[in-house]
Amino acid sequence: MSVGNNKNAKGWLGSEQRRLLIQEYGIFFAFLILVAVLSVSNEFFLTAGNISNVLLQTSINGVLAIGMTFVILTRGIDLSVGSVVALAGLVSASFVTTSATAGISGAPYPVVVGLGIGLLVGVACGAVSGVIVSRFSVPAFVATLGMLSAARGLTLIYGGGRPVPALTPAFRWIGTGDVLGIPAPVVILAVVFAVSWWILNRTRFGRYIYAVGGNPHAARTSGINITRIQFVVYVVSGGLAGLAGMLLSARTGSALPQAGIAYELDAIAAVVIGGTSLSGGVGRVTGTLIGALIIGVMNNGLDLMGIQSYYQQVLKGALIVGAVMLDQKRNYGA
Amino acid sequence: MEFLLEVEGLKKSFGGVAALREGRFQLRAGTVHALCGGNGAGKSTFLKILMGIFKRDAGSIRRRGKDVEFASPADALASGIAIIEQELSPVPHMTVAENIYLGREPSARFGGIDFRAMNRSAQKLLDDLEFDIRATQYMMNLSVAQMQLVEIAKALSHDAEVIFMDEPTSAIGEREAQHLFAAIRRLQAQGRGIVYVSHRLSEIFQIADSYTVFRDGAYVGSGALADIDRPNLIRMIVGRELSEEYIKTNTPTLETVLEVTALTCPNKIEDISFCARKGEIFGIYGLMGAGRTEIFNCLFGLDKPSAGSIKLDGAEVSISRSADAMALGLALVTEDRKLTGLNLSDSVRANICMASLPEMSPAFAMDRPREAQASRDMREKFQIKAARDTMPVSGLSGGNQQKVVLAKWFLRNPKVLLLDEPTRGVDVGAKREIYRIISDFAAAGGTVVMISSEIDEVLGMSDRIMVMRAGKSAGIYSREETDAQSLVHLST
Repeated sequence: MSVGNNKNAKGWLGSEQRRLLIQEYGIFFAFLILVAVLSVSNEFFLTAGNISNVLLQTSINGVLAIGMTFVILTRGIDLSVGSVVALAGLVSASFVTTSATAGISGAPYPVVVGLGIGLLVGVACGAVSGVIVSRFSVPAFVATLGMLSAARGLTLIYGGGRPVPALTPAFRWIGTGDVLGIPAPVVILAVVFAVSWWILNRTRFGRYIYAVGGNPHAARTSGINITRIQFVVYVVSGGLAGLAGMLLSARTGSALPQAGIAYELDAIAAVVIGGTSLSGGVGRVTGTLIGALIIGVMNNGLDLMGIQSYYQQVLKGALIVGAVMLDQKRNYGA
Repeated sequence: MEFLLEVEGLKKSFGGVAALREGRFQLRAGTVHALCGGNGAGKSTFLKILMGIFKRDAGSIRRRGKDVEFASPADALASGIAIIEQELSPVPHMTVAENIYLGREPSARFGGIDFRAMNRSAQKLLDDLEFDIRATQYMMNLSVAQMQLVEIAKALSHDAEVIFMDEPTSAIGEREAQHLFAAIRRLQAQGRGIVYVSHRLSEIFQIADSYTVFRDGAYVGSGALADIDRPNLIRMIVGRELSEEYIKTNTPTLETVLEVTALTCPNKIEDISFCARKGEIFGIYGLMGAGRTEIFNCLFGLDKPSAGSIKLDGAEVSISRSADAMALGLALVTEDRKLTGLNLSDSVRANICMASLPEMSPAFAMDRPREAQASRDMREKFQIKAARDTMPVSGLSGGNQQKVVLAKWFLRNPKVLLLDEPTRGVDVGAKREIYRIISDFAAAGGTVVMISSEIDEVLGMSDRIMVMRAGKSAGIYSREETDAQSLVHLST
């Protein structure tokens, strides 16, 4: 029903086009404005070192948020990613540590083994959540809340509550190395983003995800196996959480059992700020990436301005709610 | 003579596009007035202004000769105008009485609710209307028709003098509709004015005594229904000559394509047997809840039959998922396009392609030119009116949305088309186009099984008709040997 009033439009664009432009790219403009404001107010912000730093700090949340986007697009939620980060980070670390007491027998194994194990742990956690949600019709909130607790518990059991230090340099490379000067985690985020973008926008599986999230009944009637799609998105989210866990332990050099606490909240925040609807079927992975960057840039900018991290949390909260309020207005208002 | 309601020159536009250009309407006491018009004629906008949801741009509304201004639905109610909306919004976990008095419950001591007084007055209201509903029943245990009646009771509890009913029979069967009409006649006898909005012309001729037609947002004409016949009314609504409402060009062959034997699904359908032939339109008529949709659910793998067999071209088939049914050449156009037909948050193109995704992605990645081509072909074939096929399907009119659902299935070149209420909530013009599509499909050698609760449609389109009653078949009749009266008789 909302049709732009072209008659009264001023300037080089009709209000209809302007509205569409804001709708499609609003989040991107918001990001640019944020960057512009920060680069004017702080000369250090736009230096290569700081940009690299921001991207590095965004990489782990970015990977988690992209996995979360798959889940939220199907009307689900994955609250367990923070705990899966800790479990996958710790278990993979135990395979690539040079410490005689913290590793498992035979450690350190080659880096490929460590990476494979970490991914496997993440995928397994996602698969369990996925089966519970898709086969047993347990609400995603409950199923993944259970996994949040269980995976944290398993982390503590596995490591006896102790961290795993002294990871091999080869494993640490994925967190601290670089490719042509670009930090390795940023390259990994870029690859994860590119593959996810291709899957969601260009493949059958992506179409299925949007259809299942948009209207599961219509999707089912159209011959789409919604149980399988719902299962797979949790596997994707779990696998990416496993990857994020390894990035975290590789960067810090040791895996901590209390790592990743509340990471799911930042991941959900990035998805929501990026314009993906929690009621499913609507959203873009590009928005999620920008959402993660906005969180990263904001934290960094506030740090540079010397604002306490306590205030940062308040601002982040306001940003999340504000983004959704704008979204509501754009979809249901006017 | 004073009118209960008199509207003149009502205007409303949204962002420069006029939804209502010239709304004119006069309602006398003790009449049932039909408000007719195709989708997009401005009826909904007209109703929403009278409800106080939209603010009018221009025009006057007079209640019993006095100018009125509504800023909210509460204002409209206070002036004695109640609207029973097409989509009901009951609170399922509350009782009938609680629903009727929602927001204005009689209070007891200490700020509590006087449930006894509330139940008593609700029951009196229902009894006065001769509705067979107990005030203490939970809303979720009522049928859709009963909920509709509760909405009417609710409207009357406000002591409304003008009652708008927007497509009140769209979700209820023939028997319930007769029940509703009886209630309307009682209201009429009390001197109230009823405005009846419906696409179903047979109902309009049955219940209303006068009519007003809107077309393209403007008043076209009004008068007494006794002075106009059906073809002329249709002509006013669509604005062009319609030679015949039902187009039928197919001739059934004797070759059986789909054969269903003793299909049973506990508590839903029992011992259903029929066959549909090549080139045939096989109709299924019955009331809501008679088990019509349940047959399709079993045929399409959405529900598991406990007994019975399904044969296609003489070979027994097993269908456990909709993908199985689709692989065999079946297509299912479901009853409620918003609930089970469309992904409203996605584009026209995505919806057209939704049931053909594996075919369009031979190597996992989507063949996007092919998607665009398929969408273009289907939009042309079905004359789907959309500015771009990348626009959200939710922005289309009801008739065009229904054509998108049909297009989705025709893209698969089905052999057997299962249609569940294919023209529900669709205007007369789009209806004709849908009939043409169905008829052409059968004429080209397809097999159609069509569920409908519109008697005219079933009689007009089907070659043979199976009547359903309480989950069982009440017989199969050829179109020549049956008529409206016997269909109603058999189904109740």
